[in-house]
Amino acid sequence: MLKDIQRLKEQGDYASISELIPYTRVLGLQCAVEDDAMVTRLRHQDSNIGNYQLGVLHGGTVAALMEHAAIFQLLFELDIKTIPRIINISVDFLRPCRAMDTQASAVLVKQGQRIANVRVQAWQNDPAKLVATAHAHFLLS
Amino acid sequence: MPETADLNQLAEMFSKIPHCREMGINITALEAGRTSMRLDYHERLAGNPETGVVHGGVISTLLDTVAGLTAMSAVSATTPVATLDLRIDYLKPARPGDAIYADADCFRLSRSVAFVRATAHHGDNADPIAHCIATFMLNAAGFTSGGQGTG
Repeated sequence: MLKDIQRLKEQGDYASISELIPYTRVLGLQCAVEDDAMVTRLRHQDSNIGNYQLGVLHGGTVAALMEHAAIFQLLFELDIKTIPRIINISVDFLRPCRAMDTQASAVLVKQGQRIANVRVQAWQNDPAKLVATAHAHFLLS
Repeated sequence: MPETADLNQLAEMFSKIPHCREMGINITALEAGRTSMRLDYHERLAGNPETGVVHGGVISTLLDTVAGLTAMSAVSATTPVATLDLRIDYLKPARPGDAIYADADCFRLSRSVAFVRATAHHGDNADPIAHCIATFMLNAAGFTSGGQGTG
């Protein structure tokens, strides 16, 4: 498995690394490098709905998207061979997430010896209207 | 304080939430301002395919769910509740194969905001896997169609 991750990372095939993770299939999480940047998407599926009367996504699926985007930004940007372990995450929910695809991008704010600090933002059809932001810490070693 | 009927209504509403059904999250205790839930382990929830440890998103989802329902139980089953923020500390990895339990309590309720804390554990909440603080807006704009749920 470690070898698979290393090989795929060398090939720049982050989509396949993401697919190695079983939970991404439950949620419809996908990663891809587009214009030299890592993009993480939460594909819409009805099983991600948290409020069936309003047709909005479960907050937990959005939190999962934020965490996944942060992990893949670290895999993309750093010379690491394993999936980084999360220490904590704080998610701010800015707008209701409608029943449609949601996209997230992350920025590595600081890389220390053992800890990385990452910020994430997510939007749906309009990148100017963020639906959520997050910041998180990861253990690198 | 909500009547018993409110809690029944809340449990009934909860049982229909698509993502909670998908994840296999069930209520084990529900009272006004205090809720417990259980999520059974399944390999498809793994975030690390090598160790089988569940994805952090699974814990986030369980904690958001238990905290959200706790906020609603503290007000009424018909008050729309929106998550403002959710902060989670992952204290130690969850054990692959073991069910995850979560307990939440609403420790402060103002007119507009419910403040909730929650823990996730493997059966002993003095030995938690994760700790969470969440705040919820009550009667949130954009959630005004009389709807409910932990959106």
